[in-house]
Amino acid sequence: MSATDTPKRSMRTPLGRVRNLGAAHSGTSDFWRQRVTAVAMTLLMIPVLVIIVMLFGRNQAFVAQTLGSLPIAVIMLLFIVASAWHMKIGMQVVIEDYIHNEKLKLVSVMLNNFFSVAVALASIYAILKLSSGV
Amino acid sequence: MALSIVHRATGIALYVGTLLLAWWLIAAASGPAAYAHVQAFTGSIIGRLILFGYTWALMHHMLSGIRHFVWDLGFGFKANEREALTWGALIGGIVLTVLIWIIAYATGGGR
Repeated sequence: MSATDTPKRSMRTPLGRVRNLGAAHSGTSDFWRQRVTAVAMTLLMIPVLVIIVMLFGRNQAFVAQTLGSLPIAVIMLLFIVASAWHMKIGMQVVIEDYIHNEKLKLVSVMLNNFFSVAVALASIYAILKLSSGV
Repeated sequence: MALSIVHRATGIALYVGTLLLAWWLIAAASGPAAYAHVQAFTGSIIGRLILFGYTWALMHHMLSGIRHFVWDLGFGFKANEREALTWGALIGGIVLTVLIWIIAYATGGGR
């Protein structure tokens, strides 16, 4: 018998062992993406803070013009995508940790997806609108 | 230290607070009338307090996240190192928050 044989007591199929993705069927992809988006936001933090501090207290015309300029719009878009993705994963972890009722958990995870995508798309739409000057 | 729960709490606060970010961007894209509502809010005492709290949540969550990243990379597990990282995130978050607001007011953002 070789070491690659499935132990007698294991409930895992040989294919499952090869894929190694676990019960969530997606392995550690969320863990990895949470860290990728975290590093992205950390790198973007200084330019984003500069932009927001620069716009703080200014009138709408100045804010609209600044947010619509290409480099600033791109920085904001990158930050919005990273943060929406990051917060979707983070909130899902919180939901899965604290909500034990299976149906309520599924609904919460679904609402979390809706919220994260809606906030991201609304923000992205606003930036694109400002960039196109419509 | 019970700071792992603070990391979660600030994360949840930041999650809800993205509504403010979205509101700000949509108002800026909508025009002066819509933007006046945002300015009325951010100019009020309660609005300023919420923004200040939001800044702290962001700074603390970032530094606390960097702390987790150090652990992910396999460093900082000794008792004194854990304490130092945790205190660094706690004090650093407050310092950065105050610094950002000093800069914001100094550059005329308080108007």
